[in-house]
Amino acid sequence: MLLNQFLFLGAFLFCTGIYGALSRKNAVLVLMSIELILNAVNINLVAFGAFRDSPVGQVFALFVIAIAAAEVGVGLAIVLIIYRNRRSIDLTQVDAMKG
Amino acid sequence: MNWVLDNLWVVPAIPFASFWLILFFGKRLPKKGSELGVAALAACWVLAVWSCVAWISRQPAPSAGGGEKIRAAIEHNYTWLTSGTVKIAFGFHADGLAVMMLFVVASISLLVHVYSTEYMRGDVRYTYFFAALSLFTCGMFVLVTASSTLQGLFGWELMGVCSFMLIGHWWEDQANSDAALKAFFTTRTGDVGLLVGISILYFAAHQSFNFATLNRMALNGQIDHTLVLWGAIALLVAVVGKSAQFPLHTWLPDAMAGPTPVSALIHAATMVVAGVYLLARTYGVFWSAFVINPQTHGHHGFNAIAIVGAATILIAALLAFVQDDIKKVLAYSTVSQLGYMVMAMGVGAWTGGIFHLFTHAFFKACLFLGAGSVSHSGSHHSFDMKKDMGGLKKHMPTTYWTFVVASIALAGVFPFAGFWSKDEILVSAGHNGYFWFQVIGLAGAAMTAAYMTRCVYLTFHGEYRGHGHPHESPRAITVPLLALGAMSVGAGLFNAEPFGIRAFASWTRNEVFLQARIPDVNFSSGAAALSVAIVLVGGALAGFFYVREEFVFKGATERSALAKAGHELLLNKYYLDHLYTGIIVRGIRSPIAQGAYWLNQNVIDAVVNGVAVSARRVAGFVYDGIDQIGIDGAVNGVGMGAEEGGQSLRTLQTGKVQQYAAILFGAAALLALGLVLFA
Repeated sequence: MLLNQFLFLGAFLFCTGIYGALSRKNAVLVLMSIELILNAVNINLVAFGAFRDSPVGQVFALFVIAIAAAEVGVGLAIVLIIYRNRRSIDLTQVDAMKG
Repeated sequence: MNWVLDNLWVVPAIPFASFWLILFFGKRLPKKGSELGVAALAACWVLAVWSCVAWISRQPAPSAGGGEKIRAAIEHNYTWLTSGTVKIAFGFHADGLAVMMLFVVASISLLVHVYSTEYMRGDVRYTYFFAALSLFTCGMFVLVTASSTLQGLFGWELMGVCSFMLIGHWWEDQANSDAALKAFFTTRTGDVGLLVGISILYFAAHQSFNFATLNRMALNGQIDHTLVLWGAIALLVAVVGKSAQFPLHTWLPDAMAGPTPVSALIHAATMVVAGVYLLARTYGVFWSAFVINPQTHGHHGFNAIAIVGAATILIAALLAFVQDDIKKVLAYSTVSQLGYMVMAMGVGAWTGGIFHLFTHAFFKACLFLGAGSVSHSGSHHSFDMKKDMGGLKKHMPTTYWTFVVASIALAGVFPFAGFWSKDEILVSAGHNGYFWFQVIGLAGAAMTAAYMTRCVYLTFHGEYRGHGHPHESPRAITVPLLALGAMSVGAGLFNAEPFGIRAFASWTRNEVFLQARIPDVNFSSGAAALSVAIVLVGGALAGFFYVREEFVFKGATERSALAKAGHELLLNKYYLDHLYTGIIVRGIRSPIAQGAYWLNQNVIDAVVNGVAVSARRVAGFVYDGIDQIGIDGAVNGVGMGAEEGGQSLRTLQTGKVQQYAAILFGAAALLALGLVLFA
């Protein structure tokens, strides 16, 4: 198997995630897109780990998964609060920090 | 055994601690802090006795110069501060003189503390009184254990402050606070001499404050004689102030405004002998400065120290005759006896001087405490012998007998304490070729006997003239009296030569004594008999004056103009107070003060105003030119730049999360591109 194939898959997932994060108005979908980005990175890590015959890549991926879980928890909590306050989760509406 | 001699700092530390404890916790204690003071002094007394025993049991060893064996002094010095090459040390010096002083101070202070618990009962500032007593005792201990002049100065000044506080203890009465101020300022006048003397000797002795070094260098001739002389003169001024010598003695009788225990402790037994102690401690300096050595002159030697002492003996003794206040009689007597001690130092009677200091402390404290006992229980808080006393003998037997014993000791009748010490001084004066001072000493002895006879007669004999109900004082007062009375009888036997006892002399002998080769004198029974005879004659004359109806001296002031003039002169204390307040102080107040005012207005103020005007001009320029344009311009420029930058940058801050994310990803992509292309 070639390393390239995994890297292409990772790049595709990453680009999809970037697109989703930048273009979707729904906060939950933005969070899901960020998950895609993180998993694209995980694929790269595991692929490079297997390519170099080292367990470090997989260990690193496990760390990323654990932290991503925490990040999603915090992110969803923020989204919930925003929803409670504004009855909407449209990110374009949330611009109270405008300078 | 030697622990206490190696750790002499403990002795001053105890009353220092008790001072703070009394100050902070005294009022809450059941006995208002007096128990702390008494306990601290009891501990000090134990340590003092221990140090005496330790000192006496030290084996005498040959001294550095060989020859006679003496007990070597123990000195421990610690660096206090270092500035460049100058090192200032503090330390504790244990020798015979120091432990003797410790014993005297601790004993008298302990007895005075016990006495005060009764005498001061119910006083408004009872706790404060005991705190000040503790601090005073601490100051005296610091002085007598000090190894250097600088440290001695601390103790010396500490005592001065406590003396001021205690003389003015009842400061609500204007007279008392005046007396306190007078005592403070007069002794301060002398203290200037102490500062100057310490400084001169410090530089003369190659930057050393150490007593032993100063003495050694002065005696070896390592210090220029002129320098030693000026240093010694300055120290003598301090002695004159502190030990109430003529002409600065005027503060001591006024200091009797303080409570009687204070008079006994500070103004009779301890603080006022600090000057004598200083003379004894730096004796090498005085010995070489004033050429006391009898080998260098004939039979009519004299020097400044002896003259000051001798003048004080006579002048104060005469004044004691015309006082009606019992404490003033005793105060002038103290001045006169201090004159003996100073004169002893001047005529080379080192042992005699400090021995007189030792015995005098006990009998004079006994007399003062006796006078206090009389006023406490016999005369309704009055000290006037002529108005409120008389006939107290049968009411107050303990007070009477201790007073009489102490008076006999003071007069110097064999074998009481004063006889031995006074005799030692007089014999030394004769032996060392100071003939006229021996004569003056004998005359002083006769006068001492006479005025004490007068004092005892007026107080205890005749008819009771007061209006109270005299009774004996309680035991807190009589027990200290009995203890001091016993010492008045026995203290002289420490150096009773005819009985073969030279204990005091051998215990106190030190390096300076040997190095200076101070002559030892032998007891002479002829001189002793003469002195006792003179004393008895003096006492008898005074006795006849009061007991006999018809006596040749009675009414002398009415019959003879000369006698009347003399009486007037004495009543006005030689007009010295007039001289000091009327002429010197007023002289300073009016023309000098006016001159100083003119100088102040026209010279100093002109300079000050000139400086102020130019300062204002400079300030105006600084304000307009530098401050407003330069500094403020820079500050405002920075502020404005930041504001404008912020205004233009705020458009970036849209508040839209996804735009931020886009910028973030864009930047990351650019960085990645750069990495790929250029790395």
